[in-house]
Amino acid sequence: MPMRWLLLKDLQILRRSPLLVALLLVYGGLVGALLGFAVQRDDTKPKVAFLNEVPSDAFGVQVGSQKIDTSQYANKLFESVDPIRVKTRQEAIDTVRRGDAIAALIIPSDLTRRLQSMVNLAGTGPPPTVEVLYNEENPLKTQAVESRIKSRVADANKAISDKLTEISAGYLGVLLHGGDFSLLGQKFSILGLQRTRDVIKQTLRRLPNDAPQRSDLERVANFAQLAIDNLDLSKPVLASIGEPLHVKRTVVAGTHVSANAFYIALAAAVTLMIIGLFLGGGMLALEREEHAFGRLVRGPVSRWELLSEKVLLGGLAALVATFVELGVISLFDDLRWGRIAGWVLALGVAGLAFGAVGTAFGAITRDVRATTLLAILVALPFAFLALIPSGVVEAWVYDLVRIASAIFPFKAALDAINAGLNDADPGLAKPLAHLAILAVAYTVIARIGLRRFA
Amino acid sequence: MNVRGVSKRFGDRVALRDVSFEAADGELVAVIGPNGAGKTTLLSIVGGLLRADAGEVSRPPREVGWVPQQGAVYSKLSVAENLRLFARLEKVADPDAAVDRMLEQTGLRERARDELGTLSGGNRQRVNIAVGLLADPPVLLLDEPSSALDPRQRERLWEFILELARGGTTVVFSTHDVGEAERYADRVLVLADGELLFAGTPSELESAVGDGGARDFETAFVRFLHAKGH
Repeated sequence: MPMRWLLLKDLQILRRSPLLVALLLVYGGLVGALLGFAVQRDDTKPKVAFLNEVPSDAFGVQVGSQKIDTSQYANKLFESVDPIRVKTRQEAIDTVRRGDAIAALIIPSDLTRRLQSMVNLAGTGPPPTVEVLYNEENPLKTQAVESRIKSRVADANKAISDKLTEISAGYLGVLLHGGDFSLLGQKFSILGLQRTRDVIKQTLRRLPNDAPQRSDLERVANFAQLAIDNLDLSKPVLASIGEPLHVKRTVVAGTHVSANAFYIALAAAVTLMIIGLFLGGGMLALEREEHAFGRLVRGPVSRWELLSEKVLLGGLAALVATFVELGVISLFDDLRWGRIAGWVLALGVAGLAFGAVGTAFGAITRDVRATTLLAILVALPFAFLALIPSGVVEAWVYDLVRIASAIFPFKAALDAINAGLNDADPGLAKPLAHLAILAVAYTVIARIGLRRFA
Repeated sequence: MNVRGVSKRFGDRVALRDVSFEAADGELVAVIGPNGAGKTTLLSIVGGLLRADAGEVSRPPREVGWVPQQGAVYSKLSVAENLRLFARLEKVADPDAAVDRMLEQTGLRERARDELGTLSGGNRQRVNIAVGLLADPPVLLLDEPSSALDPRQRERLWEFILELARGGTTVVFSTHDVGEAERYADRVLVLADGELLFAGTPSELESAVGDGGARDFETAFVRFLHAKGH
């Protein structure tokens, strides 16, 4: 079993590289955690700001002699979110804009009145509506929270609708078949339409044919029959009030971008990152592996020129590959060719930033394979980090996420490409400036790394 | 070429201590010494790859051709492409003419379109040297030029280098093979622990060992080092 000895040998080597083993173990955990935050489990409760403008004593809707406490149905909305209570609409907006909450749910002060109006079948005025404020900076986040809130509103709607139907159907039963009915603490016995019709029919049979009352009583009996026939149809009509509550969607930050459009920007950013890092770093490390570095920098080329060339190479190659990728995608989905200047600019600057990071990796590792490995190890966590939405982690954790995302070009590249392709917030200028600063910073790091390169 | 008082430190370690020598036009100078003596450091400073802490070299790097131990050429490029690239980088006046001249000089015209990766070690080393000669430098530095070659390839390489020297190029080379230094060098420089212990002809080194009656140059060299406490 020579394999056993080989395995033993490799384990001995690994044992003597505790840092590597620790790094690999930590890495797995880190990527898992970041991916977990980015995709979220279904039972994870995102933070949602909640503003209830309805006075506490006005949470009831009168249906006949019964009052429905609508506050118990509002609780349905919180079953899958972690509510942050806020006092004003502006506070709700600020909470969402800051990223402390993933969205805000506002129950307006006239909700109960509108619900009452609907129950009364008054047929006037707008329907009862709750308002949801979104931050559209991350379409994946918006999609997830929108789906949850819609689902919870649907639950609340069903519960209210069921209750309304149940109460109304009870009254219809009494009206049709007769029975006891309570009003203001007093019990009344109701004859009911069916028994009314039967009483009238019996009376008609006993009356002589030429009795003057017969004509009026026949009209009443016909009316009773007509009412019985049509009220039987009222139950399904009541049940059809399936959506008493409406949802008003308001965007308080960011621009609406469809999930598909965002996925395209994401795919472009990933391609750009991989190619920029691999080529920028790999080709610099190759200069050393081919032993050409010393020959180049002793005269013909300065170290800055060499680095600039590698950054440019990484950036251009990433730009061309991503352009081809987007061209192919455009065969299957709409690509906004009218905005080509914007997104090509974004691809170019982001490509240069990734090329600069690649050269820094190449200068530090001084080996093509090590550069590639480092690029993968670093790139994946930063890509996942950029996808973590605000509101799913504590505010201080999200601040750390923001800082970490700021020191690596992926988040800025994604923002720039998304802005270039989809006209999304925060626009092109800010991420492009961010990418340019990172490109310069990483080129300086690469230059420092070159001190021990030869 | 004059090298005066060159010293170099790497942290606490002294790599070169006050080394001086000179080499005339067309002279072949071998730098020999045990591992870690400072041979490559000395050539790197003369070639402009490293900056000396003290001392000076009379020739600027652009007048010195540099041939590192391992072929500093691109294995995915052809012979001609490698030569043309470095001719352009060195700002040679007529790159195509320089490439043509080097293909002729190295005898690699028929392999001009072959990728470097497909060439034998000897031919790769020829291209490596040819790149060092593209700018037609008056001084050529070779760091252990024959270490990876078989005897036949070595023989051909030395014929090539001797031809350069006969043409007036000053050649300074480092080597572990002291027999090679004895055979081809006009003068040898013996370095040990960063110190220049000897500068003279191979026969002068043998004489310097004195009455020991060394059987050959290699024995004389070892005895010389012993005598100097190395």
